[in-house]
Amino acid sequence: MDLTTTYMGIPLSNPLMPGAGPMADDLDTVKRLEDAGAPAIVMRSLFEEQLEEEQIASHRAIEGHSNASAEASSFLPAHHDLAFGPDSYLEQLRHIKEAVDVPVFGSLNGTSAGGWLEFAKLMEEAGAAGIELNVYQLSTDPADTAEKLEKRIAEMVTSVKKQVSIPVAVKLSPFFTSLVHFAQRLDDAGADALILFNRFYQPDINVEELEVEPRLQLSTPSELLLRLRWLAAVSGNFSGSLVASGGVHDSIGALKAVMSGAHVAQVVSALLMHGPGHLTEMRQGLERWLEEHEYESLRQAHGSMNLQRCPDPRAFTRANYIHVLGSWRPD
Amino acid sequence: MSKRRHITVDGNEAVASVAHRTNEVIAIYPITPASPMGEHADAWSVQGRENIWGTIPEVAEMQSEAGAAGTVHGSLQAGALTTTFTASQGLLLMIPNLYKIAGELTPCCIHVAARTIATHALSIFGDHSDVMAVRQTGFGLLCSGSVQEAHDFAAIAQSATLASRVPFIHFFDGFRTSHEVAKIEELTDDDLRGMIDDDHVQAHRARALTPDRPVVRGTAQNPDTFFQAREACNGHYLACPGEVQKAMDRFGELTGRAYRLFDYVGHPEAERVIVMMGSGAETAEETVLGLVEEGHKIGLLIVRLYRPFDLSAFIGALPQTVKQIAVLDRTKEPGSIGEPLYLDVMAGVHQATEARWEKKPLVVGGRYGLSSKEFTPRCVRAVYNELAETKPRHGFTVGIVDDVTHLSLPLDDMDETPREGVQAIFYGLGSDGTVGANKNSIKIIGQHTDMHAQGYFVYDSKKAGAVTISHLRFGPQRIQSAYLIQHANFVACHQFQFMDRYDVLEKALPGAVFLLNAPYGPDQVWDRLPKEAQETIVEKKLRFYTIDAYEVAKAAGLGVRINTIMQTCFFAISGAMEREEAIAAIKGAIEKSYGKRGPAVVKQNFAAVDTALAHLHEVRVHDAVTSTHVRPPIVSEEAPDFVQRVTAVMLADKGDLLPVSAFPVDGTWPVGTSKWEKRNLARQIPVWDPKICIQCNHCTLVCPHSAIRAKVFDGETLVDAPEAFQTTDYKAKDFRGLTYSLQVAPEDCTGCTLCVKVCPAKDKSNPRHKAIDMADHGPLVDQERDNYAFFLDIPNVDRTAIKRLDVKGSQFLEPLFESSGACVGCGETPYIKLLTQLFGDRALIANATGCSSIYGGNLPTTPYTTNSDGRGPAWSNSLFEDNAEFGFGFRLAVDEHAQNARLLAKKLAGEIGEDLVTQLVDADQSDEAGIAAQRERVVALKAKLSAMKGGPAQHLTALADYLVTKSIWLVGGDGWAYDIGYGGLDHVVAMGRNVNILVLDTEVYSNTGGQASKATPLGASAKFAAAGKDIPKKDLGLEAISYGNAYVASIAFGADNKQMVKVFREADAFEGTSLIIAYSHCIAHGYDLAFGLQQQSRAVSSGVWPLYRFDPRRSAEGKAPLQLDAKAPTTRVEEYMRFESRFRMVERMDPARFKNFVDKSQQHAERRIKVYQQLAGIEELGAPRGIDTDTDTDADADADAE
Repeated sequence: MDLTTTYMGIPLSNPLMPGAGPMADDLDTVKRLEDAGAPAIVMRSLFEEQLEEEQIASHRAIEGHSNASAEASSFLPAHHDLAFGPDSYLEQLRHIKEAVDVPVFGSLNGTSAGGWLEFAKLMEEAGAAGIELNVYQLSTDPADTAEKLEKRIAEMVTSVKKQVSIPVAVKLSPFFTSLVHFAQRLDDAGADALILFNRFYQPDINVEELEVEPRLQLSTPSELLLRLRWLAAVSGNFSGSLVASGGVHDSIGALKAVMSGAHVAQVVSALLMHGPGHLTEMRQGLERWLEEHEYESLRQAHGSMNLQRCPDPRAFTRANYIHVLGSWRPD
Repeated sequence: MSKRRHITVDGNEAVASVAHRTNEVIAIYPITPASPMGEHADAWSVQGRENIWGTIPEVAEMQSEAGAAGTVHGSLQAGALTTTFTASQGLLLMIPNLYKIAGELTPCCIHVAARTIATHALSIFGDHSDVMAVRQTGFGLLCSGSVQEAHDFAAIAQSATLASRVPFIHFFDGFRTSHEVAKIEELTDDDLRGMIDDDHVQAHRARALTPDRPVVRGTAQNPDTFFQAREACNGHYLACPGEVQKAMDRFGELTGRAYRLFDYVGHPEAERVIVMMGSGAETAEETVLGLVEEGHKIGLLIVRLYRPFDLSAFIGALPQTVKQIAVLDRTKEPGSIGEPLYLDVMAGVHQATEARWEKKPLVVGGRYGLSSKEFTPRCVRAVYNELAETKPRHGFTVGIVDDVTHLSLPLDDMDETPREGVQAIFYGLGSDGTVGANKNSIKIIGQHTDMHAQGYFVYDSKKAGAVTISHLRFGPQRIQSAYLIQHANFVACHQFQFMDRYDVLEKALPGAVFLLNAPYGPDQVWDRLPKEAQETIVEKKLRFYTIDAYEVAKAAGLGVRINTIMQTCFFAISGAMEREEAIAAIKGAIEKSYGKRGPAVVKQNFAAVDTALAHLHEVRVHDAVTSTHVRPPIVSEEAPDFVQRVTAVMLADKGDLLPVSAFPVDGTWPVGTSKWEKRNLARQIPVWDPKICIQCNHCTLVCPHSAIRAKVFDGETLVDAPEAFQTTDYKAKDFRGLTYSLQVAPEDCTGCTLCVKVCPAKDKSNPRHKAIDMADHGPLVDQERDNYAFFLDIPNVDRTAIKRLDVKGSQFLEPLFESSGACVGCGETPYIKLLTQLFGDRALIANATGCSSIYGGNLPTTPYTTNSDGRGPAWSNSLFEDNAEFGFGFRLAVDEHAQNARLLAKKLAGEIGEDLVTQLVDADQSDEAGIAAQRERVVALKAKLSAMKGGPAQHLTALADYLVTKSIWLVGGDGWAYDIGYGGLDHVVAMGRNVNILVLDTEVYSNTGGQASKATPLGASAKFAAAGKDIPKKDLGLEAISYGNAYVASIAFGADNKQMVKVFREADAFEGTSLIIAYSHCIAHGYDLAFGLQQQSRAVSSGVWPLYRFDPRRSAEGKAPLQLDAKAPTTRVEEYMRFESRFRMVERMDPARFKNFVDKSQQHAERRIKVYQQLAGIEELGAPRGIDTDTDTDADADADAE
């Protein structure tokens, strides 16, 4: 079965791509993913502010006590080869490039144009086939309007595109008032792909201690539904590639994503739960389903259920809400 | 021949540079001020830097200097070129091996940053008492006096030792030379190759012990042969000075810098001559040259080679015209005819007189410069003045005022030698980065101009809020001034509050530039100055500039680091360099120094530099003094007389002015002085909300500086309370009806926030608000000062009334350790404070040298104090290596006194009363009530004794207090307990006597700057384990447990404070040896210590730091003596490691190595917990031994009575 797809101009053997996550930290796991059929490797997000904060915190912890005592001018060794900054990330990128034959994508979670430009360029130099820009901004400033925020993101995309020649994907959160419009704006800004969606770290509340506690939970298949709906809406309104991210746990989920318009279905939680081998099972499942249903290739299914082609587009829009409510009955 | 470059380095780096390139093996042990030499050598070897033979020297950190010396000896015997670096007590520990190395004629050059030996007090500063204590070992002694000379003589000594086979100590003055930063010409590898004769190297290797050509060394010899054999080496010693001179000549040919064994400078027909060595000779030379120009017939003989002492070279160097000689020794030998150099000169002149002089010159000796005491041109001139007297005094001192034995020379008011260029003084805080910036500025000027440059830095002894004073000289002339700047044309004060504490402008020259960092605008700052400062500015017509550097730093995200901002201002207004060039150079230096810390760090500092000058303003100096505000007194008027007369002078940075009569003769000092030093370090202090508080007292337990305290008391006490004084009803049953208060000491708090972090009480509607929040210090300090004064006057609760001495109860006991100079957020001091609360009124503390001895006993003020009865911890520091034995000695003495007292009481029972004696002898003192009852009995006993006559009654009066139980504590860090003092500690544990050992385990040598100890954990990067320590820390607790007779506990107050309190009480109650290993978070771990408690919890929850108690008493009850006090690990070790820079650094260098460490640390923690779990299942480890040590004393007493 022909499962090939094209992602930002790069041909891929299949759409089942391990998404940005901790799996790429370990070279053995990376190789196992490739053996399991991963068409590409995406590295975990390099967090710009995290990088900066760590540099500064570490610098203060070390420097704050230097030259403060007659007996000790410092309290930690003066290393000459520390790699605070993206060096270790880039090093890992190079290692993965050497270890596998599939393309390797860098992922960057940033907030300022400065940081994105700098790190994107470094990733390109290190051999990244493309870059994911993970737009993760929780706007809590009352003066920060939606327009300003969208403009800021679009400008950053333009800036990055000017700096690098490799393709750039933009990973969005689901919380945009007019996502399809914004997708087109990003299209104009030069985005080569949209990844729908990043998953918010949703902190929990500890009622005993009255503390907010960060919590990272793996995705569940139910989260896919939100992606399907917006993939279907954006598909046909964005000239680049579309990626489903979040809730793709099995071959049918991946198939739904492709039918909604995704060129690639990124998988993370399912692989963390079941291991790299799960990718093989998903691919085989997808092949089996397509064969059983007498598809010629996966491309045949691509976008078949997007808003423009599905039999009842109202089912994806407001009417869908009414249907769901209507279908609910108390036990 | 490669071209020589100029480098700007300190003496330690200058020496290490040569030593590292001319040796193959380096065995070291950290000791101030020599530690940086070893650290440089280690860092260079880690970087792969080669010596001149193309190999990378092996650097090994040993467990003590004795260990380092043994390793040096062994390595030399096995044929490697080997060195070590040390000072002071470290050199003393090497003495046995020095004799051996010299006795075997083994070429070797050891480098010593000469430092005071501890006598009546420890001092980390410089003099020659250490090197003079090894002059008899057979080592050659070569002395350098400046950074350039230290660099040069390191090469000359290495060359001469190989040629002569006489081993050498090359020494230079600790701090004055070891830590002075100066611009020097660097010796190239070719220079060093030119100095080292390969034939000599080959000869040394040929003498190596090897089974291929076996010989025997280290034999034992008998009276028939030892003497002759000892004399057999004479030829080498006779030839040695010649070899040294040859090396000096060769060096002169190579570099143009010519040295002699004795260098004479001054008038060719001098009549008065000073003989001396070291950095003081630089000052003397500078002074002499000026005086000779004025026509004085004086001279200076600088001793380079002190051992072997070359008589003919010495006599030959002295002018024939000399009539009076003053020999200056930088050491003191009490009871001698004179100090060592004097005696050598006397003997030399005596032996040579007939041939050389018609009339024998008069020779007198004097002492100068002990413990880095300033030796200035005024001192030099005073010595020449004394020599001009009809009868010059012998045995004088210079640089102090001796109003007791009247040996000190009067000083004239001669000024510092005038010079061109910049003389700049900077007042700063350790934490604001002033010293680092100044070191940087010297390097910039050194590299970018032709000027000579010198920097010297003075620090106070506090670890939190240390005051630093930087002295920088730049100019076209060679700088020989080895003393602090006396007259400055630039003065910077980087902390506005210093204007109220110090006479910052005292040394400003007329017309000098004054730069002040102030939180006020250029229009307001004048009115904020104290009157004295305004007067000086007007009188000296200073050019006054100001900047609010903290605002600039805040805007740039730099926090409290104002270093680059103030540095930029310095270059802008000092005229040291062209402004734009200087700014470019500052940025270059930032890139170089901070580049490896990440682009964000560089970016922030660039931003600070770029914005600094826009905030720098010249202040219009008013013609008239407008301020009515005068500098407040240094200490409160209520302070005791001694504090007023002595301590306050030291606090005002005027300690040099105190005469001999101000001081005790034996190093004994009053306690409780830190309370008078109000440092106001905190920018924010805790504020208590009684409505929310649950009265748990956790905040007071964790406070490192005893700056937040709780009391319960009768509400009637509040009649005269200040209006703002807060109280609430006490909530628990034990003191129901009483009033509770929690009070901050606003001027003692350091703002660490640990109290807020530990506070569990949150406002239910607004959990961001806790029972304690931090609030700005400024608006609160006056109010809280009054509140704290009132709080202190409220009587403490009766110790015997506290029903449960748990976390809460213990905190109602008065801390007898307060306001120490420990770091902000220190992880050690909460343990010590608890110790003093529980047992301080009957404790003797033996404190190993280290952080705890510095914040515990470094003048001017000390933190151990007394309760209202005048009782409190008696504290002493002996050495680093002997603390267990030292404290063990306390126990033997105390037990002996107690035994004697019981014996005497029984003897005198007829007169005292049988009942009282029986009660005194059999008293149960296992709780506070029992101790209080015994104290009352002792009072009754003394009353009886006062009416009795005779020796025994007098003896018993003196010993009666020993009938009250004493708690002996042996306190120190892991460097002591795991390494240098381990042998003694192990022995004391094995002895089983009733002493309590508290190991404040920071897992690194904290005091000397973060060198690895055997307590350093697997994977942590520390000095001498830069790539991450690859073996786990020693399990000291398990080793002690193996004896079966000791109480052993592992605690971490941030993880389980209940267990901590329980352990202290059990340890004290245990009638044998107790060992408490206490997790102590530390700045050397590389994170913000505000998170110290959380990190302790992570250490425990991950299994890295198991909490346990091993109590031999349980064996007797048939129970397992080991109890695990922490639940099975619930988190991963990686979570713990990721939080600290010491571990993270490894990941930054080598992620795979870090991952390997993480895995191994996890396995190790799991394995260790399993071992403990298994041990905890063993119910019988044998009956405890060595506990009831007093059981025989009554029998002895009875026997004696018969």
